[in-house]
Amino acid sequence: MKPGTSSPHRDALVDPLLRRNPVVVSILGICPALAVSTRVSTALVMGLALTFTLCGSAVAISLLRRHLPRSVRLIVMITVVATLVIVVDQVLAAYAFAMSKQLSVFVGLIVTNCIVLGRAEAFSSRNPPWPSFLDAVGNGAGFLLVLVVVGAVREVLGAGTLLGVTVLRTVADGGGFVPLALMARPVSAFFLLALVAWGVRALVRQPGEDASS
Amino acid sequence: MADPSLPTPVETTGRTLRVAVLVALVCATLVSTVAVALRPLQQENRRRERLSSLKGVLDALPGMEELLLAGRDTEVVSMAIDLETGAADPSVDAATFDAAAAAKDPARSVAIPPAFDVADLERRARHAVVHVVREGRGAAARVAYVILPVEGVGYGGPIRAYVALAGTGPGATVAALHVYEQQETAGLGSKIAEGPFLARFRGKRAFDDAGAPRLGVALEGVDPADAPYTVDGITGATVSSEAVGKLLRYWLSDHGYGPFLRALAGGDAGGRR
Repeated sequence: MKPGTSSPHRDALVDPLLRRNPVVVSILGICPALAVSTRVSTALVMGLALTFTLCGSAVAISLLRRHLPRSVRLIVMITVVATLVIVVDQVLAAYAFAMSKQLSVFVGLIVTNCIVLGRAEAFSSRNPPWPSFLDAVGNGAGFLLVLVVVGAVREVLGAGTLLGVTVLRTVADGGGFVPLALMARPVSAFFLLALVAWGVRALVRQPGEDASS
Repeated sequence: MADPSLPTPVETTGRTLRVAVLVALVCATLVSTVAVALRPLQQENRRRERLSSLKGVLDALPGMEELLLAGRDTEVVSMAIDLETGAADPSVDAATFDAAAAAKDPARSVAIPPAFDVADLERRARHAVVHVVREGRGAAARVAYVILPVEGVGYGGPIRAYVALAGTGPGATVAALHVYEQQETAGLGSKIAEGPFLARFRGKRAFDDAGAPRLGVALEGVDPADAPYTVDGITGATVSSEAVGKLLRYWLSDHGYGPFLRALAGGDAGGRR
């Protein structure tokens, strides 16, 4: 950890937002970042679902950290994560049915999201619950931030709307904007993600570049 | 950061087992509780979706609006039928029947003989809820449309749809097809649920002159002889397109709605409620 003026707790919360962003700096969890970032709404819900899973697993694994036999620790972690993911999936299917249909398998795939297992293994299994929780909130928010930025660009350029509200009237609606078909496809997320990663890395100096990946 | 040392719990088999069993128990309890507690809400969501997709089919039927606006006697009758006999079965409640759940219940489903199972379903429910749109009254009443729920297996999971047939008997044509549930690959197979593909079915004949189901999807161009019965598949979505053709072929066969459609054409189809 870098010595600085801020407290370690603050670092755990704030660092993953930009400086150690899990998506653009460590390039973790980009699969859902590509798949569900066609619209801001799906990106938001996906980000929140991941944050919830991350927080729950961080606290649970941190509490268990002194009792986890090394031989089965990965399986125990995955069981905890999978449980939380099923809970999220079921809650979405009950209270946000349309959204759960749009996210389809990608909520279930949070189980295999590298950010969750990565933070569990690298942080919560070695730290007390409170810092682990803050670290989880920070990483979840970092993921959410990138997803929403990519989602906003794709929604505006691909459909002319932002959160469902028309910002650019499309030709089909009698306006003058021709939606970019590319933006509706997953490839565009690769380009946008690369641009965001470039921007963040250029903007925020990386201490010991690549040490976090 | 706190706690610099790695946790080094004592590694014994007993301890490992205890932790594993305890975690598994807690997780299993949590998952089951949530699943059971939320099931009613989820079922209600699915029921509403079925209803709204049924409304979608009704809206898409050509001439439906004129039928209703003309003030002629039009009624939509929903009824549960026994697929084997094709007759209405009053013992099954049409409003709450869930075909997907029934198909999984050995007591309420039958195995599909391999020779019939072109749609790879393996089992189907004994009953189905069909919707008959009748026009006119008394002796002049005739069946305008029959709306049938159908399902099959696609590339990514089950495909569920409604097919509306105009008329009965060998001359029946497809009035509308509406896929309301599918998990096909986004952007490729998912096109089977979109307007341009579904519109290709409109006006296609379901049966040949002898009454055998012939409606289908062609993958390498439509043979002119098949044109009245066959639509073009989607490029890049062979399995998904094929699945739609197969499921239609199955449900129109004698193991699907064949007996019901024949009874309906015969005029005395399992009564009205």
